[in-house]
Amino acid sequence: MTTPLKFYQVGSFAVGNRLLAQGQLSEQSRPTRTNSLTSGHRACQGCGEALGARYALDAAMAATDGKIVAVNATGCLEVFSTPYPETSWRLPWLHSLFGNAAAVATGVAAALRAQGKSDIRVIAQGGDGGTVDIGFGPLSGMFERNDDVLYICYDNEAYMNTGVQRSGATPPAARTNTTHAVGENPGASFSQGKNLPVIAMAHGIPYVATASVADLHDLETKVKKAMTFHGARYLHILVPCPLGWGSRSEETIHLARMATESGLFPVFEAEYGEVISSKKIRRQVAVVDYLKPQKRFAHLFGAKGRPDLLELIQANANRNIAKYELMDENSVRLIGVNRE
Amino acid sequence: MSKPFAITLNIGSSLANHTGSWRNERPVYVNRMPPCNNACPAGEDVQGWLYEGEAGNYEHAWRNLTKDNPLPAIMGRICYHPCQTACNRTELDEAVGINSVERFLGDEAIKQGWQFSVTVAPTGKKILIIGSGPSGLSAAYQLALKGHSVTIRESSSAPGGMMRYGIPAYRLPREVLDAEISRIVNMGVRIECNTKVENADAAFAEGFDAVFLAIGAHLGKRAFIPAGDTARILDAVSVLHMTADGEPPLLGRRVVVYGGGNTALDAARTARRLGAYEAIVVYRRTQEKMPAHEIELKEALDEGIVMRWLSTISRVDEGSVTIEKMELDEKGNPQPTGQFENLDADSVVLALGQEVDLSVINGISQVTVDDGVIEVDEFLMTGRRGLFAGGDAVPGERTATNAIGHGKHAARAIDSWLQGETFVHAHRPEPASYDRLNTWYYSDAPKTVRSKLDGARRASNFSEVVQGLDAETAVFEARRCLSCGNCFSCDNCFGVCPDNAVIKLENGKYEINLDYCKGCGICANECPCGAIDMEPERS
Repeated sequence: MTTPLKFYQVGSFAVGNRLLAQGQLSEQSRPTRTNSLTSGHRACQGCGEALGARYALDAAMAATDGKIVAVNATGCLEVFSTPYPETSWRLPWLHSLFGNAAAVATGVAAALRAQGKSDIRVIAQGGDGGTVDIGFGPLSGMFERNDDVLYICYDNEAYMNTGVQRSGATPPAARTNTTHAVGENPGASFSQGKNLPVIAMAHGIPYVATASVADLHDLETKVKKAMTFHGARYLHILVPCPLGWGSRSEETIHLARMATESGLFPVFEAEYGEVISSKKIRRQVAVVDYLKPQKRFAHLFGAKGRPDLLELIQANANRNIAKYELMDENSVRLIGVNRE
Repeated sequence: MSKPFAITLNIGSSLANHTGSWRNERPVYVNRMPPCNNACPAGEDVQGWLYEGEAGNYEHAWRNLTKDNPLPAIMGRICYHPCQTACNRTELDEAVGINSVERFLGDEAIKQGWQFSVTVAPTGKKILIIGSGPSGLSAAYQLALKGHSVTIRESSSAPGGMMRYGIPAYRLPREVLDAEISRIVNMGVRIECNTKVENADAAFAEGFDAVFLAIGAHLGKRAFIPAGDTARILDAVSVLHMTADGEPPLLGRRVVVYGGGNTALDAARTARRLGAYEAIVVYRRTQEKMPAHEIELKEALDEGIVMRWLSTISRVDEGSVTIEKMELDEKGNPQPTGQFENLDADSVVLALGQEVDLSVINGISQVTVDDGVIEVDEFLMTGRRGLFAGGDAVPGERTATNAIGHGKHAARAIDSWLQGETFVHAHRPEPASYDRLNTWYYSDAPKTVRSKLDGARRASNFSEVVQGLDAETAVFEARRCLSCGNCFSCDNCFGVCPDNAVIKLENGKYEINLDYCKGCGICANECPCGAIDMEPERS
């Protein structure tokens, strides 16, 4: 038989495997990984952002031989990692203001260029509030000037650090402390939202991608690929937040997986403004299965639930599936949720 | 100490902050009982040896396997693999082809000449085993491993019991059988053939410290069927035995087999190979009620065996049999309909089950018999102290794998008994159920299907029907194992911890760094095989 050998026991979905050759291992499976964000940080139990930041920065460190400077916007990631005088960061790291991470990173990149240190690369990072709302102007400028910075947004869909207020990235119908679950349209509104990956693509920058903490291999590949480009690059990572989403701490990765497997969070990559690929759904799930474990959507379920709003959210997922071509012949489709 | 302007504290790492104090649950690595191991009558550590096989460590895998079963090349061919029926992977796609990997390991061992080694000093204890079938050989192997002196007495001219005289060569080639038996003989086990033991009790007087009855069930059951003087009626056990001895009986061109078990199908398939162009199996119930295994039925049908369901034989004459149609009553029992039919038949083979030849325990008053089989306690000991029994001669499912399990358990019980101790069964861990798996991490793959000789072609000879795996496909199949309930070093826990609180050890295992583990439970939730439990912290 000439069947090619595959690791059917674990496929390529687990972090590592004892049977893999060194060259095939993910960064996170190596005992020698940087642990850019080290232990002892004050993130909540099951924090998706802490996980996403380590995944992304460890991959970037591996791709550049450890030559990374990181600039951080204000937010959870900054607060839980650097209470004065401690730090959890094991790489050069700067924090200035909530809204200016992209501008500071531009300055760092310019300074490195002036010093002729072309091998040292710059990453700016922040949460969705610091990225899509407060830091949007500097970020758009950074894109427009095509500065040599990779900007990573860890999207947990609200301002969690300050007590769960809605951001421009909060999904429709989600309850936050500024979008209560009351009235005709409970929770966040059904607006267009601020779809920053698409806005970033509109700038025509070299590389834009989305990823989630549910697919490490995909995330690492995208970070490493981003480091092969020069100019402005944008990576948008979905990081569930047990505190703000009202979910169980052990469900963090599972929820991220259901967000992508339902189609609500499309995972794709784009070069110079054009989508070049999307990650296909393996086993489609209905959006209700994704929403139900989250207390921020509890008002949509039960006797006084809102099946009409659930329909609208499912329709959003279906639109994504069509627009980004998230299903192929290998996808296990759900029956009954594909109506437009 | 000089510090920059407005700086009053020394910088430090967050490692000083032991977030483990937040925890109210802690992850604990566990080993659970996989369904395959649980279902194996021989008690094989299936998941364990597949784990070795996955890495291509075939000898390790074989040595692990043979801790429980010394006959993998045989069982890899004839076992009905209850492990595969229980396999959790059936919920995902198809069961892992455990049996085919077992056969590959067994064949590889024969090819490479791997042998068993006895590493303990001789105990000086002498044990007699009566019968050299699977239970006798299994017990002999286990007892020899423990340093006891083992003698097997076998009434037939060659060892193997039903493996030689009941299972046709197209299912179990004799060179495979001989190779695995000789490996046990090489351990110092003495097999005396053509030696029928008349009375088990006499062995104690002869100097044996313990006796294990592994006599099987070799007497074909007869039924009263009106028959003409010249009707040719044989029993299936004899047909198979004579064929195995190289002196096949004359069955004629048209053979009717009566019965619905595996033996009936073996007899019919053997009849075809002996030259019958028509072999009809007459069974009084329906296919669903048939005790024969599904795969055997399928192979028989492929070879052109004809099944007559819901029929009984009411009369046999020279050249023909009369069968009566049956119908099932509401309880599912067959009832006669009074409709008769004649079938042409040169001979009739009865395959109505087997009985135990109990002459060996005649006169041993402490040994009790119930429903034709020998009664034993939980240690497989009969009422006579030191006299143990197992295999087809005692209550239980009559399969070779069950017999191997009996042999193993009897050997352990005998060993304990000889030392004046009581055998204690190993602790059985909690089951590794399917709902504990995180199947996302396993990709879908079809089972490797063993290539089979074309049904029509193989029916004409005794060459082996099912072909084996090669090294490449064996690894492929082994790697389909989900490793239910036992860590297989996939690094998931190490990777998914937001607090870097999982330590990867040199040996492929992991440890929790309780200084930093916040008890979020992601590692347990994302463990593919359910090998991590969350346990409450005691305050």
